Formats: sequence, structure tokens, C-alpha cells
Amino acid sequence: MTKEMNLEERFQAYVDGENKVEPKDWMPEKYRKTLIRQISQHAHSEVVGMLPEANWITRAPSLRRKVALLAKVQDEAGHGLYLYSAAETLGADRMDMVDDLLTGKAKYSSIFNYPTPTWADIGAIGWLVDGAAIANQVMLCRTSYGPYSRAMVRICKEESFHQRQGYEILMTLAQGTPEQKQMAQDALNRWWWPSLMMFGPTDDNSPNSAQSMKWKIKRKSNDELRQEFIDKTIPQAEYLGLSVPDPDLKWNEERGHYDFGTIDWEEFYQVIKGNGKCNKQRLRARQEAHAKGEWVREAANAYAEKQAVRKAKEGSAA
Amino acid sequence: MKAQLLEYTLRLGDNALILGQRLGEWCGHGPILEQDIALSNIALDQLGQARMLMQYAAEQKGGDFTEDKVAFLRPETEYHNCLLVELENGDWGRTIVRQFLFDTYNYFFYSALLSSADNRLQEIAQKAIKEITYHAQWSAEWLIRLGDGTEESHQRVQRSLNDLWEWTGELFSMDAVDEALLAEGIAVNLAEIKVQWDQKVNEILSLATLKRPEDAWMQSGGKQGEHSEYLGYVLAVMQHLPRMYPEATW
Ligand SMILES: [Fe+2]
Ligand SMILES: [Fe+2]
Ligand SMILES: [Fe+2]
Repeated sequence: MTKEMNLEERFQAYVDGENKVEPKDWMPEKYRKTLIRQISQHAHSEVVGMLPEANWITRAPSLRRKVALLAKVQDEAGHGLYLYSAAETLGADRMDMVDDLLTGKAKYSSIFNYPTPTWADIGAIGWLVDGAAIANQVMLCRTSYGPYSRAMVRICKEESFHQRQGYEILMTLAQGTPEQKQMAQDALNRWWWPSLMMFGPTDDNSPNSAQSMKWKIKRKSNDELRQEFIDKTIPQAEYLGLSVPDPDLKWNEERGHYDFGTIDWEEFYQVIKGNGKCNKQRLRARQEAHAKGEWVREAANAYAEKQAVRKAKEGSAA
Repeated sequence: MKAQLLEYTLRLGDNALILGQRLGEWCGHGPILEQDIALSNIALDQLGQARMLMQYAAEQKGGDFTEDKVAFLRPETEYHNCLLVELENGDWGRTIVRQFLFDTYNYFFYSALLSSADNRLQEIAQKAIKEITYHAQWSAEWLIRLGDGTEESHQRVQRSLNDLWEWTGELFSMDAVDEALLAEGIAVNLAEIKVQWDQKVNEILSLATLKRPEDAWMQSGGKQGEHSEYLGYVLAVMQHLPRMYPEATW
């Protein structure tokens, strides 16, 4: 048996014993790579995810909603920061990760390539998109990599707040004028299926999942998480008095779960490929922010250097 | 007196509201995540102050007025913010210069408002002064960083400073509303804070290696409801939902 094998077996036993892996611990190269890809992708999703909602900050219909939305989008920026830091503990560099996003090399969650044409979308995103994210992230609070798991614990608290806020927006609309109710229903129609797609392909089409489960990076399969989300969300939709756009949806007494219709995976792959309504717009917004910020970052660095030199001079003069 | 106090409240409230609205446009588009967060914080503080002031204005108006009805449902000529805060964001440097000029004014203004004879305004100042102190520090630091950063950043902010200068005169011009409320001990004496503002601005501009523009023609009118072309668009965006669905609550 090679020494490497030995290490890998010990690593597996360590993870199997529900121990957290920390940055200085030995880990298989593939474990490190998988995590860097997953965490940076998650960070990019938080940052790109700011855009569809930021789209409504200036148009939020009341001061209370405006403040809550701005604070929410700002939280997402904070989540991006925690996650970039978590990825950096694995030896990745934030600027490289950002470059990968801007050049289109790195992925982010496809859900953010859908547009937010109405105010009700802000409610639907909070309820469904943050809701689906929570299902995934609650699981990730127990992920085997320590810094990722701790980042998730912090993030999950804020995400549940976002979800409640989104649900409350929809509740207000659902109980409002006929136009408002229609707006809410329309948003649910558009966000329902994309939210289910957030959990990724079905288990039989998800080749990398098994290894991630073995390393306890993931602890539940895509299909398990999706089912959990559906079971939790349907009663909430009923309470709103809105109908979920799936004629095949019904409670299955025997399974103790809702049965649901077939997901349009063709749409999912088209959006991943770049053909969603907003793929180009989202990426361009990030590229433009980065390009327009270039001179600002340069100036901040130049000033910091000048200050350091001045300090050093003062020090030697004293 | 009553009408004057209401207008005074709206001037303060509209400054906070329109600036908060402008800064909100940056969210998601800042030069780096940390500063995106910092600017959003300032926007949130401004909007928080706007809410307190709109609530006070709504109470003064009485009847079924609410903070939102006051904030969203006035015609352009009834907004009383100074012109400076309604101007376009421009690049990061221009936003910083506008913020610095306004924050420095706002800091001295609210420091003086702490001794207003009007209890509510005094309370609001008490709540806001910590935030405003931080804003003034933050924007001064950024102005120094950009002024004394690279050749490019220096030129950019100098140009913005030259452009924005003509919109600062209005901050200190006393009109009948100011005079009447000053006599009651309610309003801030703008001539006094002008001296403080000049001193602080000169100090920071010199640290930033920037040149103070010559005082020439100064624009005015915002406080009285005579605005630039920019405000109409700010309001069109901000008001569109409440105007489109007047029966709805949100
Ligand atoms: Fe988040
Ligand atoms: Fe998330
Ligand atoms: Fe969230």
C-alpha cells in the first residue's frame, strides 16, 4: 500500500468520524479542488445574486420595503465576502476567483439569470430562491470542511430572515388588490420551476455527487433536498392562496411526500449554457463594475503605499 | 410657523431620502465588494433618517398622511431637498466628492440641530449624529485617498470637485423659512456652519492635494422646490409603483 493511500484512508476515517477538516490538515488534492470550486461558485452566486434584486431598490414601493431590500442585498455581498475568505483558506486567491467569474470560466447559480420584471419577483426570490438556498445551506452547516461549515452557520441565520421577508412581501400582495394578487401569482408561476432546478440534476444524472457525499461535503442528494423543499413549500403556497404551476402535484400518502411533475431539464441546460434571458446582462454588469472600479482600486493601493512610505520615514526620523 | 416647520422638516427629510435613493443605485455595482457594502450602509442610514423625518412630517400634516404618502406622493415642486443630492452619481469619484461636500455640511448641520428648540428635530438629530459623523469621516478619507492616489484619480476627483462646487452655495443660503425658525431657536444658523464647513473642507482638500475651486455663481432653488432636470427621473423611478396602484398597500 502506498503512503498516499494510507493518508487518504486516514482522511476518510477522520471524516467518517464526523470530524471537521481544518485548513492546515492534510487533505486529498481532489477534496481541496472540489471545495475551492464549490465555495467560489457559491461566492459568485451571492455576488451575482445581488443584481436581480438590486434592480428593485430604487423602485421599492414603500420606505420600509426599500430599507429591507437594500439591507438584504447588502447581506448577500457580505455572504460573498465570507465565502471568498473560506475559499482562500484552501489556497485560492480572491482576485483569481473573481477573474474566473468575469471571464466566464467559473459558474454561478443559474437562477440569477432569470429576470425580475415585477415587484412580486422580490417576494418570490426571497421566499423560493433564498428558501431553496437555505435547504442546501442548512445541510452545508454540517459539511466536513470547517471554515465552510462555519461560514454557512453565519449565512443561514441571515438567509432565513430573507426568506421570511420575501414571504411577507408575497403575503401582502396576495391579500392586496386583484392586480397585486395577480402579480404574486405570476411571480410564483415564473419562479417555481427554476427554484426546483436550483438543487441540480436528478441523482442519476449527477456524477460528482457520490464522491462529495463520501467526503461529507454534501450530506444529502439533490433529489432528497428537492423533495424536502417541495414538501415544506407547498403548504406555504396554500397559505398564501396561490397555486403552484404543476398539474401533477399531489400528496402521496404512501410516500409521505408530494409527487411532482417532470422538470424541464432542457431549459436548465440552456440557461447554464448562457441562454437565459439575463446571462449576458448579469455578467456584463459584473464586468463593468470591475472595469469601472479599476482606477479606484489602483488609487487606493497607490495611496496605501504612499502612506506606508511616509510612516516608515517618520519612524526612521524619530 | 406651522407651515414653516413642515417645510423645514421636509427639507431635511428630502435631503436624506433623495441621497439615499441615489446611493441605492450603486448597490451591486461598487468598485469592490467591501466598498459596495460601505456605501449601502450610508444609503441605509440616510433612508432610516428619511423615515424618521417623513413620519414627523406626516404627523404634522395630520389626517391620513403616512410616511410613505409623504415620501412618495408629492409632485416634484413639493420636494425640498438641496440640488446637490439629486445630481447624478457619475463615477465613484464624483459620488465621493458629492458625499464629502454634503456629509461635511450635514455633520455641522446636525451637530447644531442637537440644540434645536423643537423636541422632535432635536431627538432625530440625537439619533442621527453618530451615523452622520461616521459618514463624514468615511467620505473625507476616500476623498484624500483618491486625491492623493494616482495621477488619474487625482484628475478625476479634481474635475468632479470643480463641477459640483456650484451646487454647494445653496446649502448655506438662509431664506424666510430659515430665518423665522431661527428666531424661534428651531432652525440651524447656516452662516455659522458655513464657517465650520469652509475650515473642514479646506483642511481635507489640502490633505487630498486638491485645489479648492473659486467661488463663482452658485445654483439655488432646490430647498424652495425649484429643481434641476435630474429630480424628475429620480421621482419617476421611485414613485412609479405607488402611483400606478394608488389603492394598494405594500
Ligand atoms: Fe446569501
Ligand atoms: Fe446563498
Ligand atoms: Fe439571501
